[in-house]
Amino acid sequence: MKKRSVENVYFWQGNEACAEAALAADCRFFAGYPITPASEIAEHLARRLPQTGGVALQMEDELAAIGAVVGASWAGAKAMTATSGPGFDLMQETIGWAFMTETPCVIVDVQRLGPSTGQATKCGQGDVMQARWGTHGDYVAIALSPNSVRETFDLTIRAFNLAEKYRTPVVLLTDEEIAHMRERVTVPFLESMEIINRRKPKPNEKMFFGSDEVPPMPSVGEGFDVAVTGSTHDEYGIRFTSDPDVHKRLVERLNGKILDHAEEIVETETYNISKCEVGIVCFGCTSRSVYDAVELAEAKGHKVGYVRLKTMWPFPEKTVKQLSKTASKIIIPEMNLKQVFYEVQRVAGDSTKVVPLNKIGGGVPITPEEMLAKIEEEIR
Amino acid sequence: MTEESFSIKKYLRDVPLPFCPGCGAVTVMSEFLRAVHETGYRNLDKFVFCSGIGCSAWIPSPHFKADSVHTLHGRSIPVATGIKLMRPDVNVVVFGGDGDIVGIGLSHFIHAARRNLDIFVIMVNNMIYGMTGGQVAPTTPFKSKTTTTPYGSFEYPLDAARLAATAGAAYVARWTTAQTTELRSSLKKALELKGFRFIEAVSQCPTAFGRRAGFKNAGEMVRWLRDNAVPLEEAEKLAEDELAGKIVTGEFVQKQRPTLDKVVYSMIEEARKKVEEI
Repeated sequence: MKKRSVENVYFWQGNEACAEAALAADCRFFAGYPITPASEIAEHLARRLPQTGGVALQMEDELAAIGAVVGASWAGAKAMTATSGPGFDLMQETIGWAFMTETPCVIVDVQRLGPSTGQATKCGQGDVMQARWGTHGDYVAIALSPNSVRETFDLTIRAFNLAEKYRTPVVLLTDEEIAHMRERVTVPFLESMEIINRRKPKPNEKMFFGSDEVPPMPSVGEGFDVAVTGSTHDEYGIRFTSDPDVHKRLVERLNGKILDHAEEIVETETYNISKCEVGIVCFGCTSRSVYDAVELAEAKGHKVGYVRLKTMWPFPEKTVKQLSKTASKIIIPEMNLKQVFYEVQRVAGDSTKVVPLNKIGGGVPITPEEMLAKIEEEIR
Repeated sequence: MTEESFSIKKYLRDVPLPFCPGCGAVTVMSEFLRAVHETGYRNLDKFVFCSGIGCSAWIPSPHFKADSVHTLHGRSIPVATGIKLMRPDVNVVVFGGDGDIVGIGLSHFIHAARRNLDIFVIMVNNMIYGMTGGQVAPTTPFKSKTTTTPYGSFEYPLDAARLAATAGAAYVARWTTAQTTELRSSLKKALELKGFRFIEAVSQCPTAFGRRAGFKNAGEMVRWLRDNAVPLEEAEKLAEDELAGKIVTGEFVQKQRPTLDKVVYSMIEEARKKVEEI
């Protein structure tokens, strides 16, 4: 039996792919709390992590789950939690703390239908803005959104890599359909995957919270006497609860270290964006209907293109802007009541008509036919 | 070999302490560091400190020359859980106030005791939310005036020590800041034990609690703590109404059972063996 994940063909559901990818990325710690539709990740890792020497815990609530994850990360481990809307709500304060303390960790949010308990077993895409703005204060989020089981595998590894590289929490924003759908997955050889680990300090280094854009991160128990705090702190971790300059310096760096590298963080899939009349901006499970709708539209002679957001945050402004220069109309299909819509409107400006296509309830997806009807409506 | 004398400065960073004059947190800080010294440690290298939000969370963070993780309000114990399980070799010590540990963080406290997580929790119980200006806490004595109970507290206080003992803690003791000898000896004992250890130090907050509760100064509060402390053995002979307003002090439990990290890592070993057999 190999120590970690493998290089074979599997028939996985999205949640299993996520769990196996975490192992491939060398995740050593998982803490969670049962919630539909994310529980399979916890169940899978409860079995698999111990086999690889790692720890999987079920905590008393989501507050504890993400708290333990941040603790484990400071103890030197790559760590992850997985949840859905209501649990994601409870984790927001700690996500802000992880951002402020520059703690790499991965939070998987398998979106279900809210608000509140809503329709707990049904698919929704209503947490897009929560992933961006869920915690309070000035912060910048990284969130990735897969649209297949294989891509769930790839983006989970990427989430760990980005978390480690930028020392920040990263959200994997998946959804119930992708999480529970089974697909044939060919997993690449572990050796061929890029796995990034956090930069460790040299023996006499003392600045773990500044000076460098992404400072080196010691672990507790290594003799660095690291002082970690979510309160405003200087480069050495010492609290400054009222100094305006220290706060400005810290928070601007924390924002800048992500925003200044948006081009590297942002990934999209594009099709025909330089020649289309009608453009589509899509993400997650909804994008799978877009593939079919584009084929149907092309068969009828329409010129359609799309941008699929693999990175939700930072928002792929450049690519969407590019689309808006050729397409006179952009359709935004999403299983919520307009979230990405307003982002596209902001980026596209007044010259492009931005058209919402929304559907909520029962986890019923937006069909290719509905999408085609909207495309034709806009072309007419 | 001469015994090296205790110097608190050796254990502290050169950062000014934030505590009000007469604050009980300073007593607890100094007794803890003395206990560490008397146990034979000469630095805090083998320790990792976790704390939440509140005045007593600032005892270790960032003042101790050690790793200190200053977490969110109520979440020091979950963070300590992650640290302990990934680094079972370090001594994880949690400092917190009553609001932090048994108010907002109560659930974690109970579950960590239930799991016998191998950490040492020191709760400075000043019976008030001090940092926010003196609001009623789950530990505020009945009828006490606070900023949010101007007519007197109408709730009964929580007995954190007994709760920890019931939940499964390995060692539980409660002393007041007027009983420094007993407090230090319990701290030393707990430092050498394994499992979920809990010491409640009932403490004075002259600024946010004392002045509204009718005390003139910190000294008067410490005398009140001393005079109201009833040893556990004595308390067992008293009726409930005779114990009203008293602080029952002593050691509530001391027992051994496998700690969470030991159980988890032996399970991991089993899981790995099974995989090898396949």
